[in-house]
Amino acid sequence: MRAVILILAAAALLALPFAAQAAGQPALITLATRIAVYAIAAASLNFILGYGGMVSFGHAAFFGLGAYTVGVMFHHAGAGPMFGLIPGTTHLLVTIPLALAVSGLAAAAIGALSLRTGGVQFIMITLAFAQMLFFLFVSLTTYGGEDGLIIRRPNEFLGLNLRDRVTMYYVALGFAAAFFLILWRIVHSSFGAVIQGIRQNERRMAALGYAPYRYKLAAFVLSGMGCGLAGALMANVLRFTSPDLMHWTKSGELIVMVILGGLGSFFGPVFGAAAFLILETYLAGWSEHWPLALGAILLVIVLFTRGGVAGLIARIGGALQR
Amino acid sequence: MKRFLAAASLLALAATGTLAEPVKIGMITTLSGPAGYLGEQVRDAFVLAIEQEGGKLGGVEVQLVVEDDGLKPPQGLQIAEKFVGDEGMKLLTGIIFSNVAGAVVPEVVAQGAIYVSPNAGPSNLAGEGCHPNYFVVSWQNDALHEASGTAARKLGYTRAVALAPNYQAGKDAIAGFAREFGGQVTEIYTQLDQTDFASEMAQIRAANPEVVFQFHPGGLGIAFLKQYQQAGLLGQIPMVLSEPSLDAVILNAVGAAAIGLKGTTHWAADFDNAASKAFVAAWQAKYGDKPLTTYAQQGWDTAQLIASALRKTGGVDDIDAFREALRAADFASTRGDFRFGPNQHPVQDWWLIEIVADANGKPQIVTREQLRDDVGDSYAAQCKM
Amino acid sequence: MSILLIEQALNGVQYGVTLFLLAAGLTLIFGIMGVINLAHGSLYMIGAYAGMYAAAETGSFWLGLPVALAAAAVAGLAVEALVIRRLYNRDHLDQVLATFALILMANQAIILMFGRQPIFTRLPAGFDGSVQLLPGLAYPTYRLLIIAVGLAVAAGLWLLINRTRVGMLVRAGATNRDMVRALGVDIRLLYTVVFGLGALLAGLAGYMAGPIGAVQVGMGEQILLATFVVVVVGGVGSIRGAFVAALILGVVDTMLRAFLPTLLRQVMTPAEADQLGIGIASMGIYLLMALVLLIRPRGLFATA
Repeated sequence: MRAVILILAAAALLALPFAAQAAGQPALITLATRIAVYAIAAASLNFILGYGGMVSFGHAAFFGLGAYTVGVMFHHAGAGPMFGLIPGTTHLLVTIPLALAVSGLAAAAIGALSLRTGGVQFIMITLAFAQMLFFLFVSLTTYGGEDGLIIRRPNEFLGLNLRDRVTMYYVALGFAAAFFLILWRIVHSSFGAVIQGIRQNERRMAALGYAPYRYKLAAFVLSGMGCGLAGALMANVLRFTSPDLMHWTKSGELIVMVILGGLGSFFGPVFGAAAFLILETYLAGWSEHWPLALGAILLVIVLFTRGGVAGLIARIGGALQR
Repeated sequence: MKRFLAAASLLALAATGTLAEPVKIGMITTLSGPAGYLGEQVRDAFVLAIEQEGGKLGGVEVQLVVEDDGLKPPQGLQIAEKFVGDEGMKLLTGIIFSNVAGAVVPEVVAQGAIYVSPNAGPSNLAGEGCHPNYFVVSWQNDALHEASGTAARKLGYTRAVALAPNYQAGKDAIAGFAREFGGQVTEIYTQLDQTDFASEMAQIRAANPEVVFQFHPGGLGIAFLKQYQQAGLLGQIPMVLSEPSLDAVILNAVGAAAIGLKGTTHWAADFDNAASKAFVAAWQAKYGDKPLTTYAQQGWDTAQLIASALRKTGGVDDIDAFREALRAADFASTRGDFRFGPNQHPVQDWWLIEIVADANGKPQIVTREQLRDDVGDSYAAQCKM
Repeated sequence: MSILLIEQALNGVQYGVTLFLLAAGLTLIFGIMGVINLAHGSLYMIGAYAGMYAAAETGSFWLGLPVALAAAAVAGLAVEALVIRRLYNRDHLDQVLATFALILMANQAIILMFGRQPIFTRLPAGFDGSVQLLPGLAYPTYRLLIIAVGLAVAAGLWLLINRTRVGMLVRAGATNRDMVRALGVDIRLLYTVVFGLGALLAGLAGYMAGPIGAVQVGMGEQILLATFVVVVVGGVGSIRGAFVAALILGVVDTMLRAFLPTLLRQVMTPAEADQLGIGIASMGIYLLMALVLLIRPRGLFATA
């Protein structure tokens, strides 16, 4: 049953650009691309938030760092090496690993400090570090500051034209598929089990001989890298990056996507990202007072469904099977 | 099928020479959040311009579609994709903020559509980033503040304190002011989300300059002006401001705290020309005593520019002809002299304004003298088209 | 220089007191109910709009005050009864999502009622001048009033919490929620009271800030982050901690902005000094919070 659903879903995702073009709505492709990218970011956050119980309110920082890696490398490819040393590049096969490294290093530094706290304090200290990075990029005149950095040409990747919406969609989809495959392996590995064990009872895991701090830090770094990947892809989709991508409201949106989709559910973040972006896009086209409607819908979802969209789907599925 | 029909109808149109379907104009603007009134002003004036012609611009039937970008660049891009990709629009306008423009404009022009900016004129799209399909009706961002520098110099001041938030636009503002001012400038940077300026007031008093220049858009500016008065500085140290810090909405919110301030603008509601008078009268007839800002004027002029081009071309099907018609800027601007520079940004005049009390003690903008004549912007030279 | 130092210290205290008015309610809700109320800023905005509207209609600042308090409190009680109460037994993150939704709705509701333009506010008669505190130091009267109101609220809360039965329950609730429930106290009622009180204080803060700031849509979110910083630095649930942290953050933030670039100029070139000084000043409160949490992971005055 599950295999059938997965195959159907994959077929639908692969066919989506053709359906969208046939329906005369190519903008749907961009929307789907954005959903795929945000699903990566939200699933990364869900890994530490839903599975690990660490509420990071600063994950937009890693998203933004990933995007800025692409932007800054593009800038230096045209404007000469960074600090006179580091040459720029426009190759996706270089920028993506670089974005992973940059966001991973940042996550290691921020995580190492933040994980000394817990609970509400953890929420706030991750927020604090993200805000510091936000203010840093706002004041970086070389990279456009608040106005952002325009990336005139998307990255080169296997001879593909990433400017083409359909190509970009398949590339994003490919990265998302690979990401979710790896995430699946991690969640269902012994490492994933330890992370979930720590959420349920940190002391017991410590007594069992696992050092919670190290495991949590490793999870935090992985999660930051996932957001960095999403950011690097987003920079290629938008061909633009600005500090707006690391503003605290963006961190909040990622959390909203995770909760909306269903906390700690593997595919929940996909549903959450899709629901949030689709609502935002279509409600804004429907009325200028769309925030009122969006707020009301979110409120209804949180009040009357448990476990978000994923929980809702599971219950509908359960009802159908009975 | 739908496509085929559209193509067929175009053929039919070409044959008969009349337009059955209205020209769609997509407006991506900011309507939510604290800055929502900026987008509202642009939209309301644009809608007014269309209504004045009975649903037409330049004799051509138009349909305006407005969507809120929520001040998010990705959202703006999504709307642009929908407008250009799904609905086949060839003409977009409306963006308020430079960061949304940075994401949207390159995409729109790359797809062969025309974008006419009623507000944002960021430097990264004015110089090397210029494009034949990209027009700015308002101003290049730096020009706003250069005018204030000119004003302060012409008023005879030599020592200034300049304040702005610590971000790119803020730094550009102070740099622009300092460039034309030429005197001694002490810079004080504030924070983006700052609501209390007591510390800065004390610093201004300690520095005791001849003039204060400050650039704080929207709510920040309202708080700044109120606190300037409350600190007893209003009337003691003169202040010169750029137009985004002195729009009619801000004046309404600060009241008496604005009286006596001097500023610079490319247009004010008391301009003595027929186009401006007609616009102000039409606005007041439709919107009553709703504040009338320069944003609205920019929205109106954008509509008039588009109307002038549509009048010549009858539509946007021949995009090259339409672009040429826009470039001619063959319309009566509410600001008087107007033409496009080589980077398709305005070459226009800048004026000194003063805020005085009207009969009810409310602040009112009065235009004093011309400061700069026929100036473009400093990026035009870098634009290669 | 010393006069300037005193004036800036006073400015810092005044900013701190404004933060305290917001943080006091938030820390109670946070500490006692465990609710992360993102919509606290919306209550601040509702207080400001309702009060300023009433003040404009009646022509009296003082008649606007009870309206501001009542509107914020009623809005708070409604939010508690209709939304928060249904989510007590859920994951805390559900409350985050719900209060995020409330922010969206509150902002748009204000736009529908009052329009997008910021509204006009004025100082109350008699508080629109300055007082000569020291030779060379004239200070705006209204800012002194804010300081006085803030100190009065702090004292009132201290009395309420340390001298009344409700206060005892609040203290007990902040330390051990389950124990209070086990003792047969109507915890629901206590929650409602705490939430209403928090909302009322937010409304007061919004109304007091109205005449010196901009009363506009989204004004609450602007100050929300700083308020959360105060709550966490002070120690969640601790009124005393919020008070101390608000004053420290207010003074540090003001002093950094006022003097850091000048100080740095003594040791480096002006351009570098400005760049670094501004950078550190804008990150100031976040840097301070990070430092405090690294040394004292539960804040300055942790309750448990």
